[in-house]
Amino acid sequence: MNFKKKHFERRHLIELFIKTIMRIALIIVASSLGLILWTIISRGLPSLTWDMVTQIPKGGYYMGKEGGILNAIIGSIYLASGGTLIAIILSLPIALYLQAYAQDSKWGDYVRLSLDVLWGIPSIVYGAFGFALMISLGLRASLLAGIIALALVELPIMTRAMDEVIRRMPKDLEHAALALGSTKFEVALRVVTRQMLPGIITGILLAFGRGIGDAASVLFTAGYTDRIPTSLMNPTASLPLAVFFQLGSPYPEVRERGYAAALILTIIVLLVSFGSRWLASRLNKYTVK
Amino acid sequence: MDAHIQVKNLNAYYGKQLALKNINIEIPKNQITVIMGPSGCGKTTLLKTFNRFFELTENTQLTGEVLVDGENIYNKDVDVTEVRKVVGLLAQRPSPLPMSIYDNVAYGMRIHHLRKNREEYKTGVKHYLEIAGLWDEVHQRLSEPATSLSIGQQQRLCLARGLAVEPEIILGDEPTSALDPISSQNIESRLLELKKQYTTVIVTHTLRQAKRLADYVIFMYLGELIEAGPAKEVFSNPKHERTKQYLEGLF
Repeated sequence: MNFKKKHFERRHLIELFIKTIMRIALIIVASSLGLILWTIISRGLPSLTWDMVTQIPKGGYYMGKEGGILNAIIGSIYLASGGTLIAIILSLPIALYLQAYAQDSKWGDYVRLSLDVLWGIPSIVYGAFGFALMISLGLRASLLAGIIALALVELPIMTRAMDEVIRRMPKDLEHAALALGSTKFEVALRVVTRQMLPGIITGILLAFGRGIGDAASVLFTAGYTDRIPTSLMNPTASLPLAVFFQLGSPYPEVRERGYAAALILTIIVLLVSFGSRWLASRLNKYTVK
Repeated sequence: MDAHIQVKNLNAYYGKQLALKNINIEIPKNQITVIMGPSGCGKTTLLKTFNRFFELTENTQLTGEVLVDGENIYNKDVDVTEVRKVVGLLAQRPSPLPMSIYDNVAYGMRIHHLRKNREEYKTGVKHYLEIAGLWDEVHQRLSEPATSLSIGQQQRLCLARGLAVEPEIILGDEPTSALDPISSQNIESRLLELKKQYTTVIVTHTLRQAKRLADYVIFMYLGELIEAGPAKEVFSNPKHERTKQYLEGLF
């Protein structure tokens, strides 16, 4: 018997070929992530001063003088948190409804299809829609309008992410709760949410990440200002727009600060996702594997 | 005979396929009834019609009546959660809820509002864990996840959880088939202890278990009820040829 590998046999060559393609793809993806991080860090870090994160823009800020982008940091946190909160309030019931009452039904399929369509709509369209809505309600560009627009952007992502998680709910577990005389609602609220909590949180954070990084939807709705908003009716700055405006500046110092703003945005997203991973792993304790 | 469950002209379909053919049977109160028969004979299907679990499978249909305490549980105005409160189920494999040991037992009492305050819940949980013979093993780790228990302990937890809802009937769908011999024996002795207070219906595919547990026996074959009667009679003197063959281990 000869077990020696015949390297030039056709099927081995095919395997080698496919493996090489997969490796190349992996390298491209990993290195572009590295490149993105390297770019924002190398360009942003030198101008990421303490003032940047603790000051609002002063008089000459947009000419490269003193001040910071605290207005945009706070604004973005307000916008994304508010949008995420509204999106949760709407998403969780939809996802639970789909699981409890519309499993494998035509109606459930329509809801999922429309959510997928909404997911695919570019956020500038939500921005335009939010803008139209704002005008018709007599609102001006404000934190509230921005939050509503972001909630619309986040809703389909969050709902579908939760739906996909909740769909993986083990049937045995659902039946165990039903056998005790639970209503479907009790199963959804007391058992499904508990079992699927880590996944639900992941869905929420996915949407939060999308929301905090979205520039187009807040462009018309939230506006931009150098002040920190004190009420829902104030316009507000946001980090993606801070990046956008500063990168378009003719002053090199201001352009560098654009990278610093991008770095801050990235750090916030990273912190939130690590934080949520940690939270999810703690909440994992009771889930049935 | 004092019948707790009465089945009248019951036919069950999976799609077009007839799984139960015109079943008529009365199940005696406060005894252990064992439904036996070769796989695919419809024994689990019959059991599932008693707590309205049959309808959880897609594309199923049912005609006929199942009466519990004389009331047809398939009537239009029947609340299915009330049926399942009275008719508890011990499943084939234990599936603890994603919560602590304590909360698993308290769950049923909570959804049915069976206790008034914390203290009452505590005593309730203790009571049912004792009945299930689990208290001594778990009383110091009540807040730990239920999944931290062994499979055998989990099945006893599921028994405690089911009893905490205060049912009158316990259904067991091969409740020991996933367990090791010692845990199986443990569950069996619990069921024997409980039979004075509960009507118990067990599906099993092991003849020896049937002989150990049964007061009353139902033998099914290919969706039909072949023979039913007190265990002693059926085991010692089966009337039907098929039953005799099954008891002799011919199929």
